[in-house]
Amino acid sequence: MSQPKTLFDKVWDAHLVRPETADTPAVLYIDLHLIHEVTSPQAFTELRQRGLRVRRPDRTLATMDHSTPTTPRNALGIIPVIDPQAIAQLDQLRANCAEFGIPLYELGSANQGIVHVIGPEQGLTQPGMTIVCGDSHTSTHGAFGALAFGIGTSEVGHVLATQCLLQYRPQTCAVRVDGRLQPGVTAKDIILAIIARYGVGGGTGHVFEYMGEAIRALSMEERMTICNMSIEGGARAGMVAPDDTTFAYVAGRPYAPQGAAFETAVARWRQLPSDEGAVFDKAMDLDASTLAPMITYGTNPGMGIPIDAPIPTPEQLPDAASRQALDKAMAYMGLEPGKPLLGHKVDMVFIGSCTNSRISDLRQVAAFLKGRKVAEGVRVMVVPGSQQVKRQAEAEGLDAIFLAAGAEWREAGCSACLGMNDDKVPPGKYAVSTSNRNFEGRQGPGARTMLASPLTAAATAITGVVTDPRTMLS
Amino acid sequence: MEPITTFSGKAVAVAINDIDTDQIIPARWLKVTDKSGLADGLFEAWRYLADGTPNPDFPLNRPAAAGASVLVAGRNFGCGSSREHAPWALQGYGFKAVIAPSFADIFRGNSLKIGLLPIVIDEETYHELLSHIAEDPETTVSVDLPNQRLVLPGGRAVSFPIDSFARHCLVHGVDQLGFIQQQDEAIAAYEAATPDPVNTLRPAVAG
Ligand code: SF4
Repeated sequence: MSQPKTLFDKVWDAHLVRPETADTPAVLYIDLHLIHEVTSPQAFTELRQRGLRVRRPDRTLATMDHSTPTTPRNALGIIPVIDPQAIAQLDQLRANCAEFGIPLYELGSANQGIVHVIGPEQGLTQPGMTIVCGDSHTSTHGAFGALAFGIGTSEVGHVLATQCLLQYRPQTCAVRVDGRLQPGVTAKDIILAIIARYGVGGGTGHVFEYMGEAIRALSMEERMTICNMSIEGGARAGMVAPDDTTFAYVAGRPYAPQGAAFETAVARWRQLPSDEGAVFDKAMDLDASTLAPMITYGTNPGMGIPIDAPIPTPEQLPDAASRQALDKAMAYMGLEPGKPLLGHKVDMVFIGSCTNSRISDLRQVAAFLKGRKVAEGVRVMVVPGSQQVKRQAEAEGLDAIFLAAGAEWREAGCSACLGMNDDKVPPGKYAVSTSNRNFEGRQGPGARTMLASPLTAAATAITGVVTDPRTMLS
Repeated sequence: MEPITTFSGKAVAVAINDIDTDQIIPARWLKVTDKSGLADGLFEAWRYLADGTPNPDFPLNRPAAAGASVLVAGRNFGCGSSREHAPWALQGYGFKAVIAPSFADIFRGNSLKIGLLPIVIDEETYHELLSHIAEDPETTVSVDLPNQRLVLPGGRAVSFPIDSFARHCLVHGVDQLGFIQQQDEAIAAYEAATPDPVNTLRPAVAG
């Protein structure tokens, strides 16, 4: 019998156009290339300068998400774009897609949304595929057992021109999560806990494979939340072995194989999970049953604590560099070591982003907000990940719940996740956010971000202070 | 791309770990459709005070750091987003190399593609370099890429890792896309042998 292989090995090996040699990286074939307005324009310019075409427009899909406004539509049903730079960027994407024959989900159109929400939603994201995008949270798609990772703009150009990338084989890391989550604790808390424990550089050079009882028990949307933040743990990609949960999610979606072709595909996908005895280069583990909801207190996603724990003190940290980082983070955040975050006043709650803007996230939030009001003086933004999520939420009446509670219900997009469009957290203000990055200025200059789950965000929206969602479970 | 072989340059240190790409170039600068002007946004939140004037305490703003072409920074430099705008901004500002104990994967790959050299050194050498710069803000280092050597002030040379393909491309000014294009036959053969998992132009069912 041949050497046992990991899930990663199988996907990697199946996409080798040319293997790695002593002098050259591997040439890896890319099944699906997603593009958006921010990281693609310079790649198209390069293509034009060299007189090149897009090799496989039929493997490429564009959407508009980062610089787009999420303000409600005007009387004509149009989402007005005011920022001239955003207009230029969107116009350029339109022109590039038209010139090179690439399908585009235009702002406000039926399938538009955050790039990592629409791929899975459309059935484009399938087990065993290689998927790239000029965006680091491409790791999200790994939830399906795809090898998916973010690339820079030079590489966007490489894929547009050749459908291939030059890559060295990364190392693999088994991330085992055993035990069952307690009520009020979510997939978001699992990934925040992993990053808090192993650090923001813990996965550098590695591809994570999440495994274990807790991961098996998760829905596809929850698995996407976890794989999404692999990059915050330093891993360029994170994967989950496909199983019946995966196949059931993919079945019937527009771009998924249909009928007999689907059955054939499932038979192939069933071969993907790591073989018994497959060797990983590294291992991490976590017990889900002892987890509390997590929240970040600092300026990188590794600065996370159980919501009922105090912020660490310098004495509790292992080295001078971490103490320096804590100092800097406390100064930026206006917080004090050793103090609890519970009960800390917030100014804004952001529910959205490619981490937590899918229908199940919105349902959880709605269940909390139903019949309640958001706290006075707190701005609560609920931003669906895609137009499809938006329609689904509206069909279920979730929008009415949000609006009745005093929250905003907006159009689909990245919104306040990155401080690039009009949705921002004002300087010095505190936000509990379901997104993935709490870097200085990430949600706007001077913004103070605390990352948490949709449940924690919803509980906090109601009380106006950082709140443990377990105290509000019915 | 201009070939890179050997160069010497003044080093400036931003001695912080986990410097993310949102610090290197904040998102509001990503609205450009070309690569120009990004140097103005480099480290924007740290480099400028609230009123827009330069922050005199930020290392890049110290008079002695004028003309620096080598940035020294803490471990996990360039973590976060995949924006190539980060290396573009550093290069636009005049940096030819970044020296750090480790780099985030995507940042390192992006930098190599545009000829901004990511040089990995061990923590000890990193601290040695920091003390040199603290003592003498005009400190210079030299880089010898073909031999993968970094010469510290005082003359100690350390070797640094870089994959041989990236080194070849940088030293000879060869671009990587050209190499992939040469594989055209192999790519076509792969495509012919592999069924298409998806076709973005044609959904299997109406969406
Ligand atoms: S939602 Fe945030 S993290 Fe996700 S793709 Fe958009 S900007 Fe990036």
